[in-house]
Amino acid sequence: MPFLWLVLILLAIAAVGYALGRARALASSGGDIVQLHSLPVYYGSNAALKSLVPALAVLAVWLVAQPIYVTNVVSGMIPQAQIAEGVSDSLALSEVRRIADGLDLAVANGALTEGEARDGNADVGALTQTLQDAGAVVTNEITAQALAAAQRFRALSAGGAWAMTAVVIAIAVIGAFVGIRQTHKDFRARNVVEQGIRALLIAASLIAILTTLGIVLSLVFNTIEFFRLYPALDFFFGTEWAPSFTGRGGASSLGVLPLLWGTIYISVVALVVAVPIGLFSAIYLSEYASPAVRSFAKPLLEVLAGIPTIVYGLFALLTVGPLLVSVFGEGGLLGVNWQGGGRAVITAGIVMGIMLIPFVSSLSDDIINAVPQALRDGSYGLGATQSETVKQVILPAALPGIVGAILLAASRAIGETMIVVLGAGAAARLSLSPFEAMTTVTAKIVSQLTGDSDFASPEALVAFALGMTLFILTLGLNILALHIVRKYREQYE
Amino acid sequence: MNDMRFVETRVTTNEAKFTAKDVQVYYGDNHAIKDVSIDIEDKTVTAFIGPSGCGKSTFLRCLNRMNDTIDICRVEGDILLDGEDIYDKKVDPVQLRARVGMVFQKPNPFPKSIYDNVAYGPRIHGMARTRADLDEIVEKSLRRAALWDEAKDRLNAPGTGLSGGQQQRLCIARAVATEPEVLLMDEPCSALDPIATSQVEELIADLRTRFSVVIVTHSMQQAARVSQKTAFFHLGDLVEYGDTGHIFTNPEDPRTESYITGRIG
Repeated sequence: MPFLWLVLILLAIAAVGYALGRARALASSGGDIVQLHSLPVYYGSNAALKSLVPALAVLAVWLVAQPIYVTNVVSGMIPQAQIAEGVSDSLALSEVRRIADGLDLAVANGALTEGEARDGNADVGALTQTLQDAGAVVTNEITAQALAAAQRFRALSAGGAWAMTAVVIAIAVIGAFVGIRQTHKDFRARNVVEQGIRALLIAASLIAILTTLGIVLSLVFNTIEFFRLYPALDFFFGTEWAPSFTGRGGASSLGVLPLLWGTIYISVVALVVAVPIGLFSAIYLSEYASPAVRSFAKPLLEVLAGIPTIVYGLFALLTVGPLLVSVFGEGGLLGVNWQGGGRAVITAGIVMGIMLIPFVSSLSDDIINAVPQALRDGSYGLGATQSETVKQVILPAALPGIVGAILLAASRAIGETMIVVLGAGAAARLSLSPFEAMTTVTAKIVSQLTGDSDFASPEALVAFALGMTLFILTLGLNILALHIVRKYREQYE
Repeated sequence: MNDMRFVETRVTTNEAKFTAKDVQVYYGDNHAIKDVSIDIEDKTVTAFIGPSGCGKSTFLRCLNRMNDTIDICRVEGDILLDGEDIYDKKVDPVQLRARVGMVFQKPNPFPKSIYDNVAYGPRIHGMARTRADLDEIVEKSLRRAALWDEAKDRLNAPGTGLSGGQQQRLCIARAVATEPEVLLMDEPCSALDPIATSQVEELIADLRTRFSVVIVTHSMQQAARVSQKTAFFHLGDLVEYGDTGHIFTNPEDPRTESYITGRIG
């Protein structure tokens, strides 16, 4: 039975439960709502929740558990001898899964009857031909063991699906029944619904937290795997980044320092651009601009935040890069010939800085606005001008918050990829000159994982180690930023 | 007691510091102050009393042009400080506010040290040449605000760490430090406990010897205790203005009488 139908049936059961619960509540008080402990809606919701929540919970657990169980059973059927031939365990299993899918397809096309598909003694060669004719993607030789495993896989999956449907519907019906039976004018349905809502909210936050945890764990395990293949010391202190893809784990140098240097350099340039411009525009908007200007300029500034980073990348590649070359390059305005090509740290840094301006200005604007008006009045009342007030009272009061905003902007700069790829190039290099091409951790993660990569090689796994490095870096900055922002909040509440 | 103060006032005050003529204030379409004319005397404590929303704070803020910071506010009429129109184009509101200091309803120390709070005005206006000058100004101001003994050992502690009453006295010290000619106080005791209130009131009595003080208050007892002149505002009108003793014992307008006896407000 398709999954969608099952969910629809569950919803229908819940709806019936809702209607019956509501009606029963009204009946128990003789139609007088005031006599009920809760509004009729709550009695209906109680019944609906009682039927839906346990059923959906069982459904979710079943959906996760069944494939694990089936895989376990089936993988036991594949002889170890076959796996030892160099085919990994998961490859053999996916072959089994493909055969099972092929059988499903063939049955659906009418190329095979259900009985033939289940026949354990079928001729393997003929069956392979039939499956391929039916359009299934299978290898040329299906082994007898693989076929048997595939047939068992099909049987288990199909049986499991039916059992799941039956169990889940039964639970829903029982739940609805319990909910309806409970309904009485003194039953505290409101409180039950309140708890249900609370559980829903907890579930939502749990999912968010668990997902984060899952991401971190996948990073951690792959990073550990990488360090098993590649020495950690070479990774952290290596000054050369030269992965080789031809030699399959041959003479790659995977030193993170050139990438970290590029990341930090470009981020610093970006912040040097973004912080003064963003901060000054925030001060203008919150302290000097009239409401009319503010209502016009603030959304306009925030448009910058809505531009996709790839567009910024194009801007860097096609506009800013050539412009900088015409100033700092050969035969340029300054006649210094510092910059060889458009792709350089300074190009990516400036464009990334422009991207971060609304980030800094919007956050700083909020923080400056949060400084109590009383402080401004106090300063003006002493005969201070606006800029004196800003410099001596407002900025010191808002400084911790502004530092927090800058750190958040910094962690965005560190995580930025597209602008770097297009603006700074792909050459990993340790250099002090901002006019040379460099690259960052994120850009290299992309290049290590795009294309045909073997996830068992250090060249691909290094992406996870890079990701982990980046994650720890930005996490540290974010924690620092949050800590500072929190400290600031305590001051005025 | 009030009558005695009344006599004392007559002896020490003479000329008008502020002269307001037909002042109108509008907040957008709202006519907040109507035709107010008043002479505020030098070296006198003048109290503005009246029910909430009657315009007394608004009028107070006109005297040092603090209303300039509110966009929709419009002031008409003449307000003269020592015979000079403070709304004249030649007058710099920033300079004016250095001459006419202000203390606000809620204590609003800057998030700086106690020393820097008091030194704020003198630094801005270049009143101290050397560090020693500044130290002297800070000490003098804190003494005048009766805060020196409590604060002298913690001048580098943040001003926000003081108690409410101490914070308000710090704000008074801060205002006094710029040597203003007039000190405006907008309900300076409304956030304070009775002990802090009486300290601030004693302070006001001291301050009067040096400059004129205008105080907005909701407490009629406070007005009677600290002021020599009282102005009663009602719905944007200046209903009655005169010697404090006279207003509280023998009000001429029935509205004043109703307010001070607690019937309207």
